[in-house]
Amino acid sequence: MTRDEIKDAVLRALSDVAPEADPATLRLDADLRDQLDIDSMDSLNFAIGIHEQLHVDIPEADWARLQTLDEVVDYVVEKTTA
Amino acid sequence: MAEFVMPALGADMSIGTLLKWLKQPGETVARGDIIAVVHTDKADVEVEVFTGGVLERVLVDPGAEVPVGTVLAVIREDGAPTAPAAALAAPAPAPAAPARAGAAPHVIISPSARHLAEELGIDPALIHGSGPGGRIQRKDVEAAAAAREAAAPPPPPPPAAAPPATPPAAPPIGSAVEDRNVAMRRAIAAAMSRSKREIPHFYLGQTIHMSNAIAWLAQENLRRPVTERLLHGVLLVKSVALALREVPELNAVWQGDELVPREDINVGVAIALRGGGLVAPAIHETDKLTLDELMHAFRDLVSRARSWSLRSSEMTDPTITVTSLGERGVETVFGVIFPPQVAIVGFGTLVERPWISEGQVLICPVVNASLSADHRVTDGHRASAFLAAIDRLLQEPDQL
Repeated sequence: MTRDEIKDAVLRALSDVAPEADPATLRLDADLRDQLDIDSMDSLNFAIGIHEQLHVDIPEADWARLQTLDEVVDYVVEKTTA
Repeated sequence: MAEFVMPALGADMSIGTLLKWLKQPGETVARGDIIAVVHTDKADVEVEVFTGGVLERVLVDPGAEVPVGTVLAVIREDGAPTAPAAALAAPAPAPAAPARAGAAPHVIISPSARHLAEELGIDPALIHGSGPGGRIQRKDVEAAAAAREAAAPPPPPPPAAAPPATPPAAPPIGSAVEDRNVAMRRAIAAAMSRSKREIPHFYLGQTIHMSNAIAWLAQENLRRPVTERLLHGVLLVKSVALALREVPELNAVWQGDELVPREDINVGVAIALRGGGLVAPAIHETDKLTLDELMHAFRDLVSRARSWSLRSSEMTDPTITVTSLGERGVETVFGVIFPPQVAIVGFGTLVERPWISEGQVLICPVVNASLSADHRVTDGHRASAFLAAIDRLLQEPDQL
C-alpha cells in the first residue's frame, strides 16, 4: 500500500470514531485528542479500526506515544513495509 | 392482561413521545424484548417489556406525546385466555398530552422550535413537522416563516425620515442536533437543580495508589489483541461495584421520604456525548461481570449512547453513578448526585506523584477517588469505609 492509501484507511477508521471530523480541515501535525476531543474509549476504537482496516495491531505502549495523524500514518507505514 | 406504560426514563421526565412500535398486535413478546422507541429530552430510547406474552392491543399511535404512566399497550400474559375479537379493534385515539403553553393539542414540537415559533408568531398547528412522528423542528418553523414571507405583499417603501431598518437577524442555526442539545441541557438542568435543591450532599476524597493495577493492566494488555484490550476505567467501575457489596446503603434510591435499597448493583457510567451533554446509563449487575464482560458492555454502551440508541432499563436502573473526568487532566471530581440515586463516585486523571512507602519516596501512579453522598442516607464514617474498600480492591486487580 502507498502512504496515501494508508492515510485514507486511517482517516476512515477515524471517521468511524469521530463522524463529525472533516478530513479536509484536520491538521495532520496537531494532537488528535485536542482537535477532536476524543477520549480513551474513542482512542481504543480508533486503534481497533486501524487493526480492522490495515491488519496492524499497535501495542498499547506504542499507541500511547502516537499523538498526531502523521505519527499514526508513519507508524503504520513502517509496520506494513518492514 | 398486563399494561405496558410510558416509562419514566429520567428523574424529571413527565412526558414522552412514542416514536414507533417494533412489535405488532398478535406478535409474541418475551420479557426483555424491545417493543417500542420513545423520544425523551435526552435521547431516543428503546423500551423493553417486562412481561412475556402476546401483544394484544396498542393504544397509542406513533407520534403521540403522552404523560409518563399512560398505558401504551396491553399484553396478554403467557397462559392467559385470548381476548374477544372486539378487544382487538384498531388502536384507540392517542390520549391527549397536557398542552404546553403556546401549543395546540397533539402538536409535537421540539422546545427550540416552539420557542422560535413563538418568536415569529407562527401557530405550530399550521406547521408541517418533518421529524420522527411528525415532530416539528426548527427547520420546519423556518420553512413556514419563509413561506409566509413569500406569500405576504411587499412592504410599502419606508418614509424618508424613518430610522434605519433593523439589520436582519443572523440566520438561525436550526438543526435537529441543536434541538437535541437544547432538550438535553434542559433535562440535565432539571435533574441537577433538583439534586442540589433536595439532596444534602457531602463530599469525601481519597488518593489511591495505582501501581499494582496499572502494572497488572499493562501485562494483561500486552498479551491481548487490540480488540480485547482493557481500559483502566473498567477496573475502577468494577471496584466500585464490589465495594457496594460492603456498603450497600449507597446502592439505593431515595423515594418519597425514605431510602429504598436495591438488590442488584447497576453502576451508571457517565458518558460525555460528542457535541456536548451526557448520559449515565446502567451496566446491569456490574458486580457479577468479569472484566472482559464489563469491558464489552462498556464499549457497547458508549457506542450506543453516542448513537442515541439506549434501552429503557439502562436509563431507569442505575443504582449509583461513576464519572471519570481525568481524560483532560482533571485530578479531582466534585460530583452532583443523579436523583433518585444517593451517591456518585468520581475519578480524576491517572498521574504520577511522590509516594512514601516504608520510609522510601517512590514515584507512583495515583488516582483521586471522590464520593458525593446523600447525608440523609449515610454518614462520613460509612462513606469513608466505601472509599477505603475501593482502594483495597484496586490493590488486587487480578481479583476484580
